[in-house]
Amino acid sequence: MAQVTLRKVVKKYDEVLAVRGIDLDISDKEFIVLVGPSGCGKSTTLRMIAGLEEISGGDIAIGGHVVNDVPPKDRDIAMVFQNYALYPHMNVYENMSFGLKLKKTPKDEIDRRVKQAAQILDITELLERKPKQLSGGQRQRVAMGRAIVRDPKVFLFDEPLSNLDAKLRVQMRTEIKKVHQKVRTTTVYVTHDQVEAMTLADRVVVMNGGLIEQVGSPNDLYHSPTTKFVAGFIGSPAMNFIACQLEQAAGALRVRLNDTLSFPVPAERTARYTAYVGKPNLMLGLRPEHITETKPHTESNQHDFDMVIDVVEPMGMETLVYFTVNGREICGRVNPNAGAEAARAMKLRADLSNMHLIDDGTGKVL
Amino acid sequence: MANTAVATEASSRPKYGSMSRDRTWALRWSYFFLVLFAIFFLMPPIYMLITSLKTSAEISAAKNPWWISNPTLQNYIDLLTQNQFLIFFRNSAIVSIFVVIVTMLISVIAAFALARMKFWGSATLATGVFLTYLIPETLLFIPLFKMFAWVNEVFGIQLMNHWWTMIILYPTLTVPFATWIMIGYFASIPKELDEAALIDGATWMQTLTKIFIPVALPGIIAATIFTFTVAWAQFLYPLAFTTSTSELVLPVGIITTLIKGDVFNWGQIMTGALLGAAPPLIIYAFLMDYYIAGLTAGATKG
Repeated sequence: MAQVTLRKVVKKYDEVLAVRGIDLDISDKEFIVLVGPSGCGKSTTLRMIAGLEEISGGDIAIGGHVVNDVPPKDRDIAMVFQNYALYPHMNVYENMSFGLKLKKTPKDEIDRRVKQAAQILDITELLERKPKQLSGGQRQRVAMGRAIVRDPKVFLFDEPLSNLDAKLRVQMRTEIKKVHQKVRTTTVYVTHDQVEAMTLADRVVVMNGGLIEQVGSPNDLYHSPTTKFVAGFIGSPAMNFIACQLEQAAGALRVRLNDTLSFPVPAERTARYTAYVGKPNLMLGLRPEHITETKPHTESNQHDFDMVIDVVEPMGMETLVYFTVNGREICGRVNPNAGAEAARAMKLRADLSNMHLIDDGTGKVL
Repeated sequence: MANTAVATEASSRPKYGSMSRDRTWALRWSYFFLVLFAIFFLMPPIYMLITSLKTSAEISAAKNPWWISNPTLQNYIDLLTQNQFLIFFRNSAIVSIFVVIVTMLISVIAAFALARMKFWGSATLATGVFLTYLIPETLLFIPLFKMFAWVNEVFGIQLMNHWWTMIILYPTLTVPFATWIMIGYFASIPKELDEAALIDGATWMQTLTKIFIPVALPGIIAATIFTFTVAWAQFLYPLAFTTSTSELVLPVGIITTLIKGDVFNWGQIMTGALLGAAPPLIIYAFLMDYYIAGLTAGATKG
């Protein structure tokens, strides 16, 4: 059993708080991704779990034992670094067996484990090569192999795919997921790429400014973000935020964006939002895919409006259209055949059943 | 519109000259300066070689200095059969080898600690190490005299006039610089490499011996070459601290025994200097190959 528990963990560099007291429970065999912009404390958190950074406050436990003062080698963890950190003077076999050799594991046991890991990662033919003779993707595999042979309680990944080109990154992403499905080791994975986070994680931890914003499954975070930060960070293109006001008329609520543009709030949300009628600092959050071209049939909570398009970006399977509301650029995703053209008016449709109402003062999703 | 644009471009093209012609001129200039510098730097050793093959009579005749009328190996034979020259050579060799060993043992470990084990004051210490190197040796031998006298008084150990004292003395010059080189080299090794070793279960000492020393081998060799050269060529300290013929090292030995009063035995001086210059040359040649091999290992695919 290797659950990882963080309790009020704090990291202070001189006077700067990098991590401001986070609580996190990672269950056995779980794949957790820490994601956030640079400087949000995600790497620091990972390095504290690894034991490469001392913690300034709180407790970290691995498998039920508090490891605050346990050196990295005794924590039974393995780490994969962004730049792979392969030992340049050793060949792949020696790289993978280095840790086991230091632990004085019997030779035949080392051999068995290295060959098994090499097979999982499909690098058996590379065992005699030096790191310099490997491509980026191969080095990444070796780095993972080095982690697998140790059979640790926890795998730690520190932005392992950032140095690879886009195509290889997607391929290695799948590879990492496959490996995890095979070896089922508790994994903590750090990335700044929200797509990587969404695709890999059982649960995603979104961090910002040294704090955890939200923890949840990828779909939870996408569909029910609790803060404006999470709503804006997860999803690409990002969610649109438009300043708005909430009006009450004849028992129904309307979000008013400006004098000409307002939409009725879905009836099932009336009770939830009534308290915010007339309050300042409100924002409507609407994902680009919920702003589409108009369609012949109407479903509930979908409303058409006319807009002059500023920019059109064809992506192939869809076309992104940009227009301006209240001085803010808003993105919508329309069918490539919908006839979107720059500087021309277009009938668009907003799907309010997926709307989010945000208090811009507190940053909370209401 | 488009046509005229193309036409202007085509007509203006020859103005830029061709790349191959540029390259040819660059190469010509490179060769010109290379030959110039080669002549400039090779002149003294060639002059030494020519003089070492002349008899004393021919040298003092002061004819064409670049021509040997009666080539002879007598200077070499005299010097190599002379017992004291061999003693100088032996002293120099033992001193240099031990200085290299002592220096590398101290500076590699010191540099590793200063570059990697972040402790209170490590940055200040690292700068301090370099500052010691900036103090000229000419200022140091007087306080060193006093220290030797003190050691003799307190412990009864006479450090003056012994060749082996140089093994203690030279590291004062070589350790700071070698440490400085190694700090720079170790700092260029990615931090993740020792973190990976740390997680793999290596102790600091294992990280140093199994990861850092192999990876930093080119830097260590550079520092070794430097240390050996300094130790082999050191003149001031042995001149000041040793006097007996049996305790002299090569550079001082040649000067003090081959210049008698105002009589300069030029032929033998040049021979001695040439023979003395041979070991560093051989070491350079051998280690340079190794150095380059180390740099290019694994660079070619396949």
